[in-house]
Amino acid sequence: MPVDTKDVQGLLRFGYGSMKEAGYLVLRIRDVAAARAWCAVAPVATAEYQERPPEVALQVAFTWTGLGALGLEPGLLAEFPAEFQSGMAGEEGRSRRLGDIGASAPDKWEWGQPGREPHALVMLFARSGRLADWRQRVENDPFLTAFETIAFLFSGDLDGHEPFGFKDGISQPEIDWRRERATGCDELTYTNVQALGEFVLGYPNEYGKYTDRPLLDPAARGARGLLPAEDNPGKRDLGRNGTYLVLRQLEQDVRGFWQFLDKVSESNEAERLRLAEAMVGRTTEGHPLMPPNTNAIRGIDDASGGPSNRFTYDGDPKGIRCPLGSHIRRSNPRNADLPGGPGSLLSRGLRMLGLCDDSYRGDLIASTRFHRILRRGREYGPRLPVADAVREDPGDTQKRGLQFVCLNANISRQFEFVQNAWLMSTKFDGLSEESDPLMGNRTAAGDGRDSANFSLPMEGKPPRVIAGLPQFVTMRGGAYFFLPSLRALRYFGEGPV
Amino acid sequence: MTSQSSLMVVAALDRKTVTGLRALLAIMNHAPGRVNAANTLVPFGEFENLHFARFVILDDHTLDDVQLLYGLPRQEYPLYLAFLCDFDGPSEDFLASLVKLAGAGLRRVFAFCEGFTNATDLLEWVREHDIPIATRYVNWRGRTVKQVREEARLRQAIGAYLRSSMGGLENRTAEQTRVRAREFVRAEIAAGRLTLTPSEGMSWAGKIGGAWHFVSVGLLLALLLPPVLLLVLLRIRPMEKTDAVFAPRPGPELAAELALIEDHEVTNQFSAMGSVKPGLARLWVLSYILWLIDWAARHLFGKGRLARVRTIHFARWVFLDDRKRILFASNYDGSLDSYMDDFINKVGFGLNVVFTAGIGYPRTRWLLAQGANDEQKFKYYLRRHQMPTQVWYNAHSGLTAVDLQRNNRIRRGMEEATLSEDAAREWVQLL
Ligand code: HEM
Repeated sequence: MPVDTKDVQGLLRFGYGSMKEAGYLVLRIRDVAAARAWCAVAPVATAEYQERPPEVALQVAFTWTGLGALGLEPGLLAEFPAEFQSGMAGEEGRSRRLGDIGASAPDKWEWGQPGREPHALVMLFARSGRLADWRQRVENDPFLTAFETIAFLFSGDLDGHEPFGFKDGISQPEIDWRRERATGCDELTYTNVQALGEFVLGYPNEYGKYTDRPLLDPAARGARGLLPAEDNPGKRDLGRNGTYLVLRQLEQDVRGFWQFLDKVSESNEAERLRLAEAMVGRTTEGHPLMPPNTNAIRGIDDASGGPSNRFTYDGDPKGIRCPLGSHIRRSNPRNADLPGGPGSLLSRGLRMLGLCDDSYRGDLIASTRFHRILRRGREYGPRLPVADAVREDPGDTQKRGLQFVCLNANISRQFEFVQNAWLMSTKFDGLSEESDPLMGNRTAAGDGRDSANFSLPMEGKPPRVIAGLPQFVTMRGGAYFFLPSLRALRYFGEGPV
Repeated sequence: MTSQSSLMVVAALDRKTVTGLRALLAIMNHAPGRVNAANTLVPFGEFENLHFARFVILDDHTLDDVQLLYGLPRQEYPLYLAFLCDFDGPSEDFLASLVKLAGAGLRRVFAFCEGFTNATDLLEWVREHDIPIATRYVNWRGRTVKQVREEARLRQAIGAYLRSSMGGLENRTAEQTRVRAREFVRAEIAAGRLTLTPSEGMSWAGKIGGAWHFVSVGLLLALLLPPVLLLVLLRIRPMEKTDAVFAPRPGPELAAELALIEDHEVTNQFSAMGSVKPGLARLWVLSYILWLIDWAARHLFGKGRLARVRTIHFARWVFLDDRKRILFASNYDGSLDSYMDDFINKVGFGLNVVFTAGIGYPRTRWLLAQGANDEQKFKYYLRRHQMPTQVWYNAHSGLTAVDLQRNNRIRRGMEEATLSEDAAREWVQLL
């Protein structure tokens, strides 16, 4: 394998599914020397395959402010991408694009508010019943001297289902770890295999280019421990084998969700379920609403979701089977670079010039292969069955939601694009006045019309529009982190200053 | 058919008083990036035929590049104020309304320009400073502001009507539904609650003019193609291999200033400028290509799309300073990052063929290939050449180009006396 998996944090390769418990420590650095000492020895789990899967694992990531606090020099810090520097809550324009407005606005968050950005994130994973013990072992010296914990995000286990009750974590991109696929060429059919550089820095991405990341002079202190940059062998690559981690604590109003659907369906259970499934684009057990493709899709085999992932929306351009605005259709429209597949050279040329499509909304979505994310989120809060959720009297005040985590090499082109241009957009794929049915903030679009709708296209009829959707998901905190390679982590430990 | 015209007033500024001008322009906004359409200087909202307008100070931060990359002396150009409008109908009518509705305000703004005094005749001055456009793109030729507004209201009205009477429609055919909607619209029009101004067809003179342009310019372009190709082969291609690429990341201050004024609604503005690479061969090929695109935009792409891109409302390329510099201005849907992604993925070749003439643009091959495919460099390049637009007005805020096209389809389908059941089924799904 051309990638040194011992240098890569395990989360890039494994979801740690067998470790049912997880807790994320959101930290600020209290003592720089101690923090660096901890970086030098932190027991980080790697992506190396092990015969006996470990019982516990630890992963660590830093915000840009955190890297500054660790003592990285300004010149190097300036080489990190702009969105990482500014942070998830650092700019109003970004909040507008991410939909973090109204009740989800950063100044209302519980952690990570503007000006109070965390420095580091330590993620702990453990088999059932072992997390408390693992946490105690980690929170020892120099950790305790080094960090102040500003939030502890615990995630439970709803057996692979997110709090609304839908099976989650089914569709993931397949990373080309062996670098077998040629990058930088057109893809005329949908592929689920993604260039290594889309998820790991220091390798060619889908454009066949190396995503920008900080490079160091080999003579710089500590730099010799880092790997050389493939595209610039005279330099050492601080990014190589690392990536970016997006964390968003998304609180879900499970009662609100099911009670709203109950009202719309006039308490007809089958209809209630059907509407919820239309919003997601899958059944609660994870079956897609689309039938399986007859042709194979590259990068989708039994291991990667198999039959429940072997589909595209090509056969359903109007969204009759799976609504255009459903969550999974928005978050991965599964298209290729050019609509209509390979075809003859002439037809391809005409299609490239857009000369043979008379529909008003064909070909609106950009190529999906540049906008994929690797999701590693986990749910929190106790299970709430639908039957209980629809009951009037809540009685419990438990919070539920998703500790949404995703990995990508380019936050702006991957996570932010998916969130902004697809999920929160009120204009996705020719739709109007609606954003993601699960996550939308329902705030009025620029023209003052509301976006609290969800439409179900119907064959030969006007679409059925469900209006008055309340906000089901509210942001409670979030940040952009850099998930360093082990070499980079050790460099933080001893190198700079 | 009412065709769309544009205005682009460009005038040199006195550098010493630019701060004052910025303060004055800011009066037109509620907040940066959010125009007050009823502002007292230029009350944009009062113009019934104005689609988009902007004031932008053409402050080019990339003037050192020519020295850095080509060792040529840095050129000192004046600092310009540009005032851009895209509107319906003939220029003369629009200019008259401009003077009438915003004369005093414009005088205050243009007073910051060199040579503009109390005694200047505004109309005359605007005419003199209106500069020609090299390439112009109009999303939908003939669609007026009035039509956009009427059709948006129509869609809402039909949608609300059908939804409120949905129960009664269950057993109807799509054509019956459509006819019901048609009757409803008629009644609304009769009651004065809706208006649908009949769209005039193209006049004979217009048709002949269009056909003449198509043929004559098309022929000229075809005749010029061989020498241009030869020039590309002999001169441009060798230069392309060695031309320096310069696309550093834009500074954080510029990025922050731009971010402040973007994404307040679904549509955004973009203004960018840069210097053309030195050499006549470049200039000739670039001029030819802009002319070709202008011709294609007029005859092939005037119906909702520029090649595969459907998110541009109006766009233009304009030469400045003796064709030494070029300006690109557009009004597009979505955020800038998604706009750039859409561009790279769908019409990278089209961007390359023009922008490759810009100093420092990511390396292209045979003008069409690569270039924008160097995604990060391309994005840095555009961002670094971008200039904050001080005032920006959009008459159809909240509506994307695709929305406008759909609304027009609803209207056209509604106006048909009869439709086949298949066509009617397509139609009802638009709602
Ligand atoms: C509380 C908020 C959310 C809920 C309840 C939720 C729920 C779900 C569910 C049930 C699925 C289907 C399972 C699967 O295909 O793996 C799914 C898929 C997905 N979600 Fe979410 N999600 C949420 C937030 C987000 C966010 C913030 C993003 C990204 C910005 C996102 C991106 C995706 C993607 C990319 C897929 C896979 C689509 C595919 O490849 O077909 N989700 N989500």
